[in-house]
Amino acid sequence: MSDTHAESVAFVRETAIPPALPPATVSGPVKWMRDNLFPTWANGLLTVAALYIIYLILSSSLPWLLGGIWNAESLAQCREILQGNSAACFAVLSERWNQLLFGFKYPPELYWRPTLAFVLLFIAAAPVLFFDLPRKLLIFTGIYPFLAYWLIWGGTILTPLIALLGVVVGYLVFNRFVKGSFAAGMFGGVAAALVVWILGGMVFSGADLFSLRSVSSRDLGGFMLNMMLGITCVSLSVPIGIALALGRQSDLPIVKYICVVFIEFIRGVPLITLLFVASVMLSYFFPPERTVDLFLRVVIMITMFSSAYIAEVIRGGLAALPKGQYEAADSLGLDYPQAMRLIILPQALKISIPGIVNIAVGLFKDTTLVSVITLFDIVGMIRGPILASTDWNGVYWELFMFASVLFFIVCYSISQYSQWLERRLATDHR
Amino acid sequence: MTTLSDPTQESFRLSMLLNDTRYRSITFQAIALILLVAAIWYLMSNLFANLEEQGLNISYSFLGSTAGYDINQTLIPYSSQSTNLRAAFVGVLNTLLVAVLACVMATIFGVIAGVLRLSNNWLVRKLMAVYVEIFRNIPVLIWILIIYFIMTAAMPAPSAFRGDEPAASMILGSFAFTNRGVYIPSPVLEPGWMIVVATFVASIIGIVAYRRYSTKLLYDTGRLLPRFWPSVAIFFIPTLLVFFLMGRPISLDYPALAGFNFRGGLQIGAPLIALWFALSIYTGAFIAENVRAGIQAVSRGQSEAAAALGLRPGRIMNLVVLPQALRVIIPPLISQYLNITKNSSLAILVGYADITATLGGITLNQTGRAIECVLLLMLFYLTISLIISLILNVYNSAVRLRER
Repeated sequence: MSDTHAESVAFVRETAIPPALPPATVSGPVKWMRDNLFPTWANGLLTVAALYIIYLILSSSLPWLLGGIWNAESLAQCREILQGNSAACFAVLSERWNQLLFGFKYPPELYWRPTLAFVLLFIAAAPVLFFDLPRKLLIFTGIYPFLAYWLIWGGTILTPLIALLGVVVGYLVFNRFVKGSFAAGMFGGVAAALVVWILGGMVFSGADLFSLRSVSSRDLGGFMLNMMLGITCVSLSVPIGIALALGRQSDLPIVKYICVVFIEFIRGVPLITLLFVASVMLSYFFPPERTVDLFLRVVIMITMFSSAYIAEVIRGGLAALPKGQYEAADSLGLDYPQAMRLIILPQALKISIPGIVNIAVGLFKDTTLVSVITLFDIVGMIRGPILASTDWNGVYWELFMFASVLFFIVCYSISQYSQWLERRLATDHR
Repeated sequence: MTTLSDPTQESFRLSMLLNDTRYRSITFQAIALILLVAAIWYLMSNLFANLEEQGLNISYSFLGSTAGYDINQTLIPYSSQSTNLRAAFVGVLNTLLVAVLACVMATIFGVIAGVLRLSNNWLVRKLMAVYVEIFRNIPVLIWILIIYFIMTAAMPAPSAFRGDEPAASMILGSFAFTNRGVYIPSPVLEPGWMIVVATFVASIIGIVAYRRYSTKLLYDTGRLLPRFWPSVAIFFIPTLLVFFLMGRPISLDYPALAGFNFRGGLQIGAPLIALWFALSIYTGAFIAENVRAGIQAVSRGQSEAAAALGLRPGRIMNLVVLPQALRVIIPPLISQYLNITKNSSLAILVGYADITATLGGITLNQTGRAIECVLLLMLFYLTISLIISLILNVYNSAVRLRER
């Protein structure tokens, strides 16, 4: 049967035809352009409009950027070189970069110290940011704040050393007693640290060891000041924010209302009014004989500000946890500090990381506000000493662009990190 | 048989304050309260000691004294002879003005950018992503300063508009962009303008009522009335009719060059423009992200189900997607409005006379009443933010999912 059938057909192809390429319009770049740039008439017009906008931006900015002058001593000289052409005068950056980064009073021969602190920051931050790194590195993270203080402000190494010693002793005492009761560990630790600080202060007052040339807080400035304020305030405000969030969720009415009033008050007023408090009001609240340095006052106010916001983010994380987690902790017989430390907070903090990072980025941008109360951060440097100087009066774009680029790099990389972390920590729906 | 016995009556011992959960909360709260009172007492005693040392006192009488400074942009009559209180009030109104303007503009920018970020056009999508990332990641302070410097340094001076062949010319003969601000035509009101405005308001109410009626008719009888053209008609016809019947009681006063400056029209100062525009584009980038998240939060199945029911794309958007997306969008949107209001305090940098610049800036420096000024300033912002969060709470309870 099959034999006859085979012969009944006139032609049988014995090899397969090689597959033909799809028509040019349904594959490759043409298809991509049709789908993504010109799917409909209206959409095509939108593409053209977008192209025109890009052309406008590039055609006005590229020649200006590429033709920039990097070597000149003043704006007048820059204009002389340009001879009426319009181009950037980046000479202000090559001339004043140190002021933009470090402020105008930080001694130039000591620039290596904040630079070193900045480089070490990456090593200190790495184990916090990336969990896969060896945990031993956290020891360096613990030492870093004291090291950075010593590098930036200078002075004898004894001050940060005693401070570090106090923290270490406090931590050891806390570890020893926390098994009995959290409160005992906490109070014991704080008391031990205080004892070490006071004793150390008495024993070593006036002593001088490994002394670096000291730099006063008034001399800090530039982008360094923004970085310092941002990092200090965010790292201080995370623990305070956790405490406030727990306080706001707690069953103790007095504690709860203290926290609610604090958080709502801080969140209701702009940061600038808090900075006014720091600059004109806070000194009234300290003992008359003691003057507290403006940098410290600003750190206090910004920390209060960001801790209120972080508290709200963490409260969101606490509220998002299923009730079963709290009940499970209770049924295991854990007391409140244990339940919080072992079960609730690790999960709640994980949920709140993106929020905390958002707050951190926002706070870092807000550190530019200190220029209003005459601290010379990068914006203060641009508006003050640089634009007011006769050499560079009138260079706006280049300076603000430089500041914008610095902020963009930092903020954008933080937000990219936060997105990476979110993907990394997503343990559901795999 | 077992006999039930009452638990032995424990007598109160001091250690129970720490070990018994019934009493421990009282202990902790007492400690917290004592610490709080001690802290407040310490700060207050320092405050009074400091004040006494400097021969100061807390008094608000400075509010009634003459301010002695001029404000270039005011919504209510004000002169340097007015009181500090009036200066503060001018500042309040200016804050509210720039906040409202910036909220409207930021919403427009944000909605456009947010919707375009979801466009199927690759180029537009990327362009909007660049906009959002650039504006979100650079401090608003820098944006305010950049736009202020564009306004003051790059715009032509009013003198450039003079002469036979001026270096700059007015747009459409009525808008002038100068380094002192933007001049726009201002409305001149003649008797009878109230009637025109009232008609306009009434016709807006009429449009809403008509739409309500047509929806009700649709639900009750299934008959669908046309909505677009009648709305347009109600919007324009009555108002225009009354406008011409009353003899055109509202006209425009165009700005014109007079000497070295423009006369007439409405001047919007460079500081206001800088602040308004910078807050709008900066916050617009955040709103764009909220809008995008809100639209993406509505699951695809919803619009597919609506399409399966035979709804047209416009109706799918209006009846299915938007109501659900708005529930997600509006709460963060309102907190962005709150942020705009708080960020408007940066006005002090560019010399716009908002409440921070008048009360917290010049008045504070002239009178030296730091504590009183800063407290009043905080009180103002607290009031605003409490009102906004009240609105938010009302809205949230209104749109809350009603579950069984």
